[in-house]
Amino acid sequence: MRVIAAMSGGVDSAVAAARAVEAGHDVTGIHLALSQAPSSVRTGARGCCTLEDARDARRAADVLGIPFYVWDLAERFRADVVEDFLAEYAGGRTPNPCLRCNEKIKFSAVLDRALALGFDAVVTGHHARLSDGVLRRSVDAGKDQSYVLAVCTPRQLAHAMFPLGRSTKAEVRAEAARRGLAVAEKPDSHDICFIADGDTRGFLADRLGERPGDIVEDGAVIGQHAGAFGYTVGQRRGLALQQPAADGRPRYVLSIEPVSNTVTVGSAEQLSVDQITGVRPVWTVGASPGTSFDCLVQLRAHGRVSRATATVDSAGISVILHEPQRGVAAGQAIVLYDGDTVLGSATIERAA
Amino acid sequence: MTYLDHAATTPMLPVAAAAITEQLGRVGNPSSLHASGRAARRVVEEARERIAATYGAAPAEVVLTAGGTESDNLAIKGLYWARRAADPRRRRVLASAVEHHAVLDSVQWLADRQGAAVDWLPVDSAGVLHPETLAAALDDDVALVTVMWANNEVGTIQPIAELAAIARANGIPMHSDAVQAAGVLPLDFTRSGLDAVTITGHKLGGPVGVGALLLRRDATLEPVLHGGGQERDVRSGTLDVAGTAGFAAAVVESAAHREDQAKRLAALRDELVAGIRAAVPDVVVNAESVDRLPGIAHVTFPGCEGDAVLMLLDAAGVQCSTGSACTAGVARASHVLLAMGAAEAHARASLRFSLGHTSTAADVAAAVAAIGPAVERARQAGAQLAGTGR
Repeated sequence: MRVIAAMSGGVDSAVAAARAVEAGHDVTGIHLALSQAPSSVRTGARGCCTLEDARDARRAADVLGIPFYVWDLAERFRADVVEDFLAEYAGGRTPNPCLRCNEKIKFSAVLDRALALGFDAVVTGHHARLSDGVLRRSVDAGKDQSYVLAVCTPRQLAHAMFPLGRSTKAEVRAEAARRGLAVAEKPDSHDICFIADGDTRGFLADRLGERPGDIVEDGAVIGQHAGAFGYTVGQRRGLALQQPAADGRPRYVLSIEPVSNTVTVGSAEQLSVDQITGVRPVWTVGASPGTSFDCLVQLRAHGRVSRATATVDSAGISVILHEPQRGVAAGQAIVLYDGDTVLGSATIERAA
Repeated sequence: MTYLDHAATTPMLPVAAAAITEQLGRVGNPSSLHASGRAARRVVEEARERIAATYGAAPAEVVLTAGGTESDNLAIKGLYWARRAADPRRRRVLASAVEHHAVLDSVQWLADRQGAAVDWLPVDSAGVLHPETLAAALDDDVALVTVMWANNEVGTIQPIAELAAIARANGIPMHSDAVQAAGVLPLDFTRSGLDAVTITGHKLGGPVGVGALLLRRDATLEPVLHGGGQERDVRSGTLDVAGTAGFAAAVVESAAHREDQAKRLAALRDELVAGIRAAVPDVVVNAESVDRLPGIAHVTFPGCEGDAVLMLLDAAGVQCSTGSACTAGVARASHVLLAMGAAEAHARASLRFSLGHTSTAADVAAAVAAIGPAVERARQAGAQLAGTGR
């Protein structure tokens, strides 16, 4: 097959491309330029958006002997990922931009362009298994990325290749070293790639402006905030409350109400939810397994997995958790699994 | 492999390679006083004389540099600083809007960091700067004028003699980047009326990393690089004996065959354009109506992304260029086309094919054969992107 290997400059995508070459595919390396004003060198833990990363990707392509180009998707990324990120926070929700990037950029803009240009598939370094259209968790539970891929439709997955799903990260690094790829020891990237210093709240305040409002507990105003968008359900630190709780126990963000610009806090117990409503479901396997079925659910990246019963209707998905979870934020994805197989996902609208 | 990117860099001429090879084993710094130094100096000075003779300059007017970018920086910053030092009111820089980035960014830096005011002189839809545009912009406060001899993207040749005469009549120094013109167009420095002209080796069959600023003996400029002052005290750095010998060999050789080569390249280029037109009837050939470099065909394929066509042609063994790429390798809409009044989408849909001394009819045939399918494919992808909100 003629395939595009999306190469971030990191070790995973380099090894994924190498494996695609070794499997006999005709591979072309592509680095996605996602930032409109990329920094020259990498600082901190980001790992995809600097010129140094682009150079690392190019060097990996050289070593593999494959053609390499940079595709400029900065405008699409801004419109579909960064703007969406801001709008979601402004709406009191907590988005996952990596998931949105997979949905709108890697397996939409890039895949569509690749297919139109005569390629058959897009190869990425995601840690997940994919065969015969079935998406499963990576064998490396700590690195598994099936959660952020669960927004992909069967059509998108039909043109995707994840060559790393059967390997642990340690194996991937060892293989990179064996293949002479200089990125073998490159640190893992984390944090949000378009927030340079990792200061999400500062980024939001800068873009959305300060919007002071009340912090409320049991209906009583107990403090002020500079913008409700700076908070995430389940958050404990950074509340800066002067008056301690009556019982002296820590308080958490329970909910964010964008219209009244109110952040409600309360005890850990009040955070627990067991009923979740999700909208805009995507069935990775093609269709819902039934109108009501038992499954496993995961409510955020690297979050706890709970057993649950899901009910599907025209509005979306309703899920009853068999044991409650704390800190479930609207805007995150609820991903449904059968064992380690992804069934589908939806965007969390409400939790109670 | 079909190489149609000679405007980026062209294969070294055998005489240049031979001249370099002959010198590589030599020891001797041309600035040393002993026998080895004198022998090395002789090679450099003979090379300088050959370059000077070829381009109608005096040997003292050839300032050797590390190439086009350095020469442009030296001319623009050096002239600006010297003119401002002589009269602090002189802070305006006049530059055409279609300059190479080595000029563009030097001028912009003067504006950003050195208090310069810049007039980007507009060009017409073929990229030509009209002499009356320059005349209207001149005033007592102008430090310098810089206008390229011929454009590196679309190939448009500027009316450089007329422009230079206007600047000279107003007593304002003028620089021209002739990196693409040298070796292809007649270049007589003294008769040009210019004060400074940039040339470089690797665009005319010499080595990369060697160039010159042709600089009138009465021109004053401040140095950019400080040190030993080897070159007229305006440029420092140990002279590159082998590189200079190769550069001079290429200058002489390209000039010797210039007229025949230009005719040959123009014929090949016209054949290429005709073939592209037959394959893609709605192609737009940019700057076609005006005097332009014989080896350049700059074309726009409406509805395509230029970088998509480039990638598909590359896969088919045909190598061309989208014009400027940023440091990350992203194809950018060309500032040259935008200055010519093109819309952003039109600019992004453009490609440059540039022929040179090794180009053959077979290269043209290979490009013509590959272009139709590549454009058709890229159009599908372009429509796809348009459909998804691009």
